[in-house]
Amino acid sequence: MDLYEHQARELFEEHGILVPRAEVTDSPKEAREIARRLGGRVVVKAQVKTGGRGKAGGVKLAADPAAAELTARQILGMDIKGHRVGKVMLAQPVDIATEFYMSYVLDRAAGRFLAIASAEGGMEIEEVAATRPEAVARIPVDPAEGVTSAKAGEIAEAAGLPPQTVDVLVRLWDVLVREDALLVEVNPLVRTGQGQILALDGKITLDDNARFRQARWGADDTEHDDPLEAAAAAKGIDYVKLDGEVGIIGNGAGLVMSTLDVVAGCGARPANFLDIGGGASARIMADGLSVILSDPAVKSVLVNVFGGITACDAVADGIVQALGTVRLTKPLVVRLDGNNAPRGRAILDEHAHPLVQQVTTMDGAARRAAELATTA
Amino acid sequence: MAIYLTKESKVLVQGMTGSEGMKHTRRMLAAGTNVVGGVNPRKAGRTVDFDVPQCLKGLGGAPMAVPVFGTVADGMRATGADVTVVFVPPAFAKAAAVEAADAGIGLAVVITEGIPVHDSVAFTTYAREKGTRVVGPNCPGLITPGQSNAGIIPADITKPGRIGLVSKSGTLTYQLMYELRDIGFSTCVGIGGDPVVGTTHIDCLAAFQDDPDTELIVLIGEIGGDAEERAAAYVREHVTKPVVGYIAGFTAPEGKTMGHAGAIVSGSSGTAQAKKQALEAAGVSVGSTPTETAKLVLARLEARLGEQRQ
Repeated sequence: MDLYEHQARELFEEHGILVPRAEVTDSPKEAREIARRLGGRVVVKAQVKTGGRGKAGGVKLAADPAAAELTARQILGMDIKGHRVGKVMLAQPVDIATEFYMSYVLDRAAGRFLAIASAEGGMEIEEVAATRPEAVARIPVDPAEGVTSAKAGEIAEAAGLPPQTVDVLVRLWDVLVREDALLVEVNPLVRTGQGQILALDGKITLDDNARFRQARWGADDTEHDDPLEAAAAAKGIDYVKLDGEVGIIGNGAGLVMSTLDVVAGCGARPANFLDIGGGASARIMADGLSVILSDPAVKSVLVNVFGGITACDAVADGIVQALGTVRLTKPLVVRLDGNNAPRGRAILDEHAHPLVQQVTTMDGAARRAAELATTA
Repeated sequence: MAIYLTKESKVLVQGMTGSEGMKHTRRMLAAGTNVVGGVNPRKAGRTVDFDVPQCLKGLGGAPMAVPVFGTVADGMRATGADVTVVFVPPAFAKAAAVEAADAGIGLAVVITEGIPVHDSVAFTTYAREKGTRVVGPNCPGLITPGQSNAGIIPADITKPGRIGLVSKSGTLTYQLMYELRDIGFSTCVGIGGDPVVGTTHIDCLAAFQDDPDTELIVLIGEIGGDAEERAAAYVREHVTKPVVGYIAGFTAPEGKTMGHAGAIVSGSSGTAQAKKQALEAAGVSVGSTPTETAKLVLARLEARLGEQRQ
């Protein structure tokens, strides 16, 4: 899960890293009050989980509390790359002397974390890396040792950061480890006119898998912009909303992704990703179907199950029971293959629901579901 | 021969006495796996009976009794085990894998889904230093059909044969195993869908290239990271056997995790299109559906047969 800038700022502060004084709000009136508390002149920053806010007009300087209110009113509700601005952060302006870049990122190929640092901060690090690769230091971190002062010194020296940053580099590693983050990025990390090292803007991605041991994660932390995704999450279903018309249910992440692709290859667009996992019980089938059928864009539904550990007769039983609790309103194409496929198909044949049809191959079933969706 | 796992493999199961561990130990035994023990410090010294039909043959009808050891090291001392399959919950998986590496076991197959990435980074790095190969985490394990099954791959959907398979996805593995059941497989390795895994596509490509029982390699990938691009570069440099590929996730939107923790397109990196192009540029035939991929395998095998005849 990506954190908002203001959440990242709070974590930095908790770990003893200097950050600008700031407060967050969703109300222009309150923005005026906050600006007054912060001394009048503030930077108003849109809180969205995407880059390029500045270029999109989501970061503006306000000279006084009245201007802060006006600016907050302009920025709140803005659309930045498909993200609606729900909150703004108001921060005290900082007297910047120098800007640096610092991050710890997961290096998937090496299976460990990498420190990326540069004395050229403030801009997109990808741009710096592309134009002047020698200006970007990339140093792997041994997971057993972590970032000690000595290691931080090595990183700072390689990147040309001043020695005062060493303490911050150690603390940022603490943020990464203690908060179970997959990414901690500070851009820019600045040196002020007074010589202080301060994290001006930051991005943190937390590891969803570590939720069980991170007390600060509440159930409401997972935000779903889409109401269907929220409904599915509440039922514990792995669902992603897409912009298409063929609803899709399958077992196993890889097979479901593949099913979306095959449907797209047949000239229709998948309406969602939905993985019922290995169990394929009647309850999860019913929950999955009800989420998909409540999507008004869906014109047909494809259930694609390969019976490996769960045999197809159990999956067919699950579908039949689900059809007893969910009112089917769209045509449903079912493809069952693998273990006990003939028994599973026979169960669905016996049930003979008028809206259910079976196709035995994955490609054929995808084609059928696509036809039903595009001709409906 | 096969890779990593043969009928000689002696398999321990960490977390055998839990519900998943029990269910899959029974299935592993039914597939002919030589499961020599379970590991659970609170149940050391007991045995667990498995009523496995295949095992009853020649055993006078008695259920198969599998001993439980307190530690992996105890289990290895008593049985000569060289493989462990880990079914313990996410919070304890790191300790289980580290224990297995400390005991010096050759192969640790971590099935557990939902392990924090910092833990996976720690135990895969540690195991590598100790000389233990980790397969997984968040994987279905590996199977050498007709010989041994370490994990949760269904054993009865295919048969022994000449294809080696490496995949990030469990169900796509099963789909291909089933579609190509008439030719059969040397070994199928599910390396897992997490961002950090112990065994990569490249490790398996190298092992299959050296395995005399493997004639053709199937490589299944999905969006996220650049493991497939790296694998493509490896194929170009080091693999002389035919390779057929399949990539899932062409329709996945940017920034959304598609089921597997590692299956995410970030910006322009990790896309299915880039992976497909990299593989094709390295001479890998890439199917547009699993079924078409199976057909490409048949075509490549026939072509190879034709070459050998000339």
